[in-house]
Amino acid sequence: MSDMTANTQPTPKSTSSLYDETKRTKRRNQSEVRFKAYGVAAIAIGLFFLIALLVAIFSNGTPAFKQTFITIPVELTESALDKTGNRNVDEMSKVSTFGYKPVVTNALITALKDAGIAIPFKKEKDVEKLLSSSVAAQVRDTVLADPSRVGTSVEFRLLASSRVDGYFKGRVTREDLIRDKNLDAEHLDIADAMAKAGLMATTFNADFIFGSDASESRPEQAGIGVSMMGSLFMMIVVLFLSLPIGVATSIYLEEFAPQNRFTDLIEVNISNLAAVPSIVFGILGLAVFIQFVHLPQSAPLVGGLVLTLMTLPTIIISTRASLKAVPPSIRDAALGVGASKMQSVFHHVLPLAMPGILTGTIIGLAQALGETAPLLLIGMVGFIASNMPDGIASGFLDPNSAMPAQIYEWAKRADPAYYERAWGGIIILLLFLMTMNIIAVILRRRFERRW
Amino acid sequence: MLLSDIKQIQEQMMSFVKLTASAIAIAAVSATAATARDQVQVAGSSTVLPYASIVAEAFGENFDFPTPVIESGGSSAGLKRFCEGVGENTIDIANASRKIREKEIVACAEAGVTDIMEVRIGYDGIVFASQLNGPAFTAFTQSDWFNALAPKVVVDGALVDNPYKMWNEFNADLPAIEIATFIPGTKHGTREVFEEKVLAEGCEATGAAALLEAAGMDAGDECLKVRTDGVSTDIDGDYTETLARIDANTNGIGVFGLAFYENNTDKLKVATMSGVVPSTESIATGEYPVSRPLYFYVKKAHIGVIPGVKEYAEFFVSDDMAGPSGPLAEYGLVSDPELAAVQAAVSDEATMN
Repeated sequence: MSDMTANTQPTPKSTSSLYDETKRTKRRNQSEVRFKAYGVAAIAIGLFFLIALLVAIFSNGTPAFKQTFITIPVELTESALDKTGNRNVDEMSKVSTFGYKPVVTNALITALKDAGIAIPFKKEKDVEKLLSSSVAAQVRDTVLADPSRVGTSVEFRLLASSRVDGYFKGRVTREDLIRDKNLDAEHLDIADAMAKAGLMATTFNADFIFGSDASESRPEQAGIGVSMMGSLFMMIVVLFLSLPIGVATSIYLEEFAPQNRFTDLIEVNISNLAAVPSIVFGILGLAVFIQFVHLPQSAPLVGGLVLTLMTLPTIIISTRASLKAVPPSIRDAALGVGASKMQSVFHHVLPLAMPGILTGTIIGLAQALGETAPLLLIGMVGFIASNMPDGIASGFLDPNSAMPAQIYEWAKRADPAYYERAWGGIIILLLFLMTMNIIAVILRRRFERRW
Repeated sequence: MLLSDIKQIQEQMMSFVKLTASAIAIAAVSATAATARDQVQVAGSSTVLPYASIVAEAFGENFDFPTPVIESGGSSAGLKRFCEGVGENTIDIANASRKIREKEIVACAEAGVTDIMEVRIGYDGIVFASQLNGPAFTAFTQSDWFNALAPKVVVDGALVDNPYKMWNEFNADLPAIEIATFIPGTKHGTREVFEEKVLAEGCEATGAAALLEAAGMDAGDECLKVRTDGVSTDIDGDYTETLARIDANTNGIGVFGLAFYENNTDKLKVATMSGVVPSTESIATGEYPVSRPLYFYVKKAHIGVIPGVKEYAEFFVSDDMAGPSGPLAEYGLVSDPELAAVQAAVSDEATMN
């Protein structure tokens, strides 16, 4: 009836066409254009920062993968290294690295003279500043491994000192050295001449990826390998604890638990736990695992336990989401043909939710891999990653660091060469994180089902 | 098709569960196998850390013991962990950039740590440095730092709230730029030395100490206070953080360790103190006034229990390492003139009384 009355009323005469934009339409269209522009600007700013970050990381970090080496023959003189001449390792190990240092320095002086490079110092011994302080240990290890080499001349590939290395990478200039007591400009002249004579070259440095941490005075020797093992053992602990516990919790809460106040409380607390700052888990780990349970300090096992606590909420939340995503018809069908509740869950629901669970787990692991704060409190930051673990038990229990903790430690050290290595470490860590995230994406793409 | 998929995933899952179970078993077995710790554990001052890491590395290379583990975290944190008790899951050695306090000795004794060996490894200089391209500070005295930082200073013989904003307002030889200082935060041992050797001395020299006493205040405490109006910034992080702040502020001047400065001469310009340029030589002779001894403390109860504790301590103070031409001196430590006495004390395992 009301329709009728509406129709009978005279339609107001339109004064404008739809094809002409009125003022109002114009304003609305303009605001839409503006909004789109804001969106594009927001994305552009995000992209700009991403690119700036990546450029900074790669330009600062790539030099860490290269290193300057000095290749010279070293005369292993018997009078200095094995006075008795018995070639007995026990006797020879009494000669410390301090006894080997002059041997290597003399070898460098001889090599320079043979190549016709003038030594412009009053004391010829000053050329040793070109060499890393690690060279004595390198030669000593080689000699003790095979005492028969004493008395012969062996060709060694020795690390150059961090400032010489920095010169070839463009980090150190002659002007910088005027105020630097660690190296003189004359050393760089020698270095240039050595590079020309083929005695010195900057090449790829696998030791940065596989080596161990080094002390403050020899950044050229430092590598991230040992702390990578520390991270690996921690991730093993995290995976094998948080996955079963997390999945069991989620299945019970999602499929079996009665809906009451108690389960509500648990659910709320799981969400709360996900928002707890990670340093809190570190304090908890220190109090519970080290001071109460008496597990060893600085051990990846403890680090793994702490990170497990941190990762659990992430895994529980993602597992519950993927269990929820399995349609009830699957459960009903299973129950309908006589399966028990547990059979329906383990034979049907869980396998279908598996891709989602694994994705959540990998994301959780990636998060744990990049975490430093809790490790500060359980003693995994410092000069720690110096011994490669020699077995599974040693990997879990011997003091070790982790990749992000190692990067943090390097960034703090005085020598600018360590700063470069910190950036290099970030590249390696980023590669790990990217690989894990890509695996998560592939799992989701390939196996996820939509209903 | 769906069914076969499910079956396949199910099989994968079963093998995964088995793998998980066996891995947990392995972890449990290895945890129970955790018996004697075989490496020395050290924690404490981040100032001592570089020296300790150099010694630890050489120790690992030359001895059959594994390389000791050195953690940082500050003198106070290290001594606190040191005093937690005796046993394998406590640290063996604490590094400190200051002497252990009476309070800490008492806390140690309460936890059963009674025999403590104090080992002085040498001296470390504290230097003031600004941006390389910034203004030069060549006329510092302790009084200038007190005038710049104290909340109350002496002007025309009276104690007033600090009115100074520029360095040249109290010392015409200093540049006419705004005061912007970056000093170590209170958790650092370096702060204590800075207060004692710079602020307290400046307080005496400017006559503020006498006026504070006259006003009925405890000059010992009042002299060490730092103004809170934003002129001075406490840095709780490490020297790298101070360096970053100086890099961003042309007028900024920061407090560094000598070794840190010597590694970053391409970015920093050092200031003189009382006309003396800091160097290992001028600190050794005592000409440069701002220096402090560095220590480490050894738990005597761990000697003979944890392998390598005594050997590490002896190696640390040996002539090869801590002597005037050793690697520690090369890195920036000022060698202890009484090193022989320290060596004797360590080999006798002499404890503090």
